[in-house]
Amino acid sequence: MTAIFFLIFAGLAVFCAINLVVQTHPIASALSLIGVMGSLAVLYLQLGGEFIAAAQVIVYAGAIMVLFVFVIMLLNAGAESATFQVSRFVKYFGAILLAAFLGLVSFIIQGALPRTEGVIFGAFQGTALDVGRKLFTTYLLPFEATSVLILIAIVGAIVLARKEV
Amino acid sequence: MNFFILTLIKVAVVAFVLLTTLAYLQWIERKVIAHVQLRVGPYRVGPHGLLQPLADVVKLITKEGLIPSHVNKLFYLMAPFVAVTLALISISVIPFGPEIKIGPVDTWMQLTDLRIGILFVIAVSSIGVYGVALGGWASNNKYSLLGGLRSSAQMISYELPLALAVAAPLLLANTLSFRDMVSYQSGYWLGFIPRWNLFPEILGFIVFMIAAFAETNRVPFDLPEAENELVAGFHTEYSSMNFAAFFMAEYANMVTVTAVATLLFLGGWQPPFPAPYSDVVPILVFALGGLVALYHGLNPARRMDKFTLPATALVFFGIAAIFGLSLFVPVLKPILMALFWFCGKILVLLFVFIWVRATLPRFRYDQLMRFAWIFLFPLAMINLLATSLIVALTTK
Repeated sequence: MTAIFFLIFAGLAVFCAINLVVQTHPIASALSLIGVMGSLAVLYLQLGGEFIAAAQVIVYAGAIMVLFVFVIMLLNAGAESATFQVSRFVKYFGAILLAAFLGLVSFIIQGALPRTEGVIFGAFQGTALDVGRKLFTTYLLPFEATSVLILIAIVGAIVLARKEV
Repeated sequence: MNFFILTLIKVAVVAFVLLTTLAYLQWIERKVIAHVQLRVGPYRVGPHGLLQPLADVVKLITKEGLIPSHVNKLFYLMAPFVAVTLALISISVIPFGPEIKIGPVDTWMQLTDLRIGILFVIAVSSIGVYGVALGGWASNNKYSLLGGLRSSAQMISYELPLALAVAAPLLLANTLSFRDMVSYQSGYWLGFIPRWNLFPEILGFIVFMIAAFAETNRVPFDLPEAENELVAGFHTEYSSMNFAAFFMAEYANMVTVTAVATLLFLGGWQPPFPAPYSDVVPILVFALGGLVALYHGLNPARRMDKFTLPATALVFFGIAAIFGLSLFVPVLKPILMALFWFCGKILVLLFVFIWVRATLPRFRYDQLMRFAWIFLFPLAMINLLATSLIVALTTK
C-alpha cells in the first residue's frame, strides 16, 4: 500500500518536474514547481517526518512559491515561443535516446555505490522536538549559515528595490 | 465498527453541517448587519428571510456561467476550485468534542487527529493564497490583477503574525495537536476560573483575531474585494458558481479561523465553569430565547410575527427540552454539551466578525501593510519571546 502511494507521488513529482521544463508559460511552470513541492511533502510524510512535511508545505509551497508567482504576475511574462525549429523525429527520438542514456548512467553509478539497506517507510519516529534539537545541536553551523544567507538576500533586495533619491 | 465506514459517516455529517452552516452564516451576517443599521434585512423570502440562502443558491446556479474570451481558461477555472477545496479541507482536523461512546462505537468527535494538527491548518491556509492570486491574474483584467496581488500580499503578510500568535499557546501546551491542546486547557483555577489560554495569552489572542480578520479578507482589511474599490477586485470576472465558490471559501475560512481561535485560546468544548452548574446553561439560554420570542410574538411588530415568532419560541423550547433530556440520558450528554459550548464560542467569535464588519471603515492598502509589518509583527514577536522566556524559566 505504501509502495503504491510512493509510486503515485514520486511519479507525480517527476511528471511535474518535467512539466516545469516543458511548459512555455512561466505561471504554468511555477504551478508545476508547486506540484513538485507538494509531492515531496507527501514523500516526507510517508517516511514519518510529519513536521518536515508540514514545514515544506508552509514555507516552500506556501510562501516561497507565492513570491515566485507574484514576480511572474507582476512582470507580465507571457508564453515563450521556440526560437528554433527542430523536426518531430528529432524531438521524439531524442527523448528516447536521452532516457536511455540517463538510465545507463544511473545504472553504472548505482552499481559503483556501496550497498545500503532500503528505505523503510515510517522509520523516522521523531517529532518537532527531535527536529528542533538536531537543528540546534548537530546542524547548528548550517542553520546559522542559512540565516546569514537569508540576511544577505534581504539586504540585497532592499538595496536593489530602493528608489533613487 | 469498521474504521472506514465510521469515518465516512463522520465525514458525511460534518460536510452536511458545514455546508448548511456556510449558507446560514450568510443569513446571520445579513440580519445582524441590518439590525445594526436599524433595518430588517432579508424578510420576505421565507419566515424572517430564512429561505434567502436557498434563493441565493438557486439564483447563483441558474445564472449564466460566463467565461470571458480573453481569460486563461485553465487557471480561471482552477482558481475558485483551489480556493473552495482548501477552505473546506481544513475543517477535517478540528475536534468538536471529547471522546464519546454510542453503543459499540468509541470515537472522538473529530474527523482525524494529526499530531501536527495546527500546522496542517496553517499549511492549508498558505496554499489557499493561490486561489486568490490565480483568480486575480487569470482574469486578464487590470483591476482583478491588482486586487488579486493586493489580496495575496495581504494574506501572506498577515500569516506571519498569525503563526507567531499561534506559536505562543503551543509553547505553553508543549504540543502541536488540537486534542492535547484542549486537554491542556481543562480544569479550573480556584475552582471556578477556567484554565483557558486566553488569560495568560490575552495579547496573543488579540493579535490572532486581528490577523484572522486580515487572513479571511474581512473588514477592515477587505480592500482587495470591496465592491467600490477596484471594481470588486479579484472576483470581478467571475459569475454564477465560480463566484459562489469564492464566497463559500471566504465563509469557510471564517469558520476555520474562529474554530482554531476557540481551540487554541478559549478552551475548545470546555465550559467556563465547572460541570454541574454549566449543564443548566444551555437549557437556560434556549428557554430565555424562547421566552423573548414568545413575548415579541404576543406584541407583534409586523403582521406575520403573530405566527413566526411563537413558532420560533416553540423551536427554542424544544431545543431546551432536548438539552434537559440529555442530562438524564448519559450517552447524549457529552455530545450535546460539547457541541453547545464549542459552537457557542464559535458563534460568539463570528458575531464579533460580523459586528466589526458593520462598524469599522476599511484600511487603505498601504495602511494595511504598514499595520502588519510595523505594528502587528513586532507585537506578535514580543508576545512569543515573553511566553518562551516564562516557559523556559518555569520548566524543570
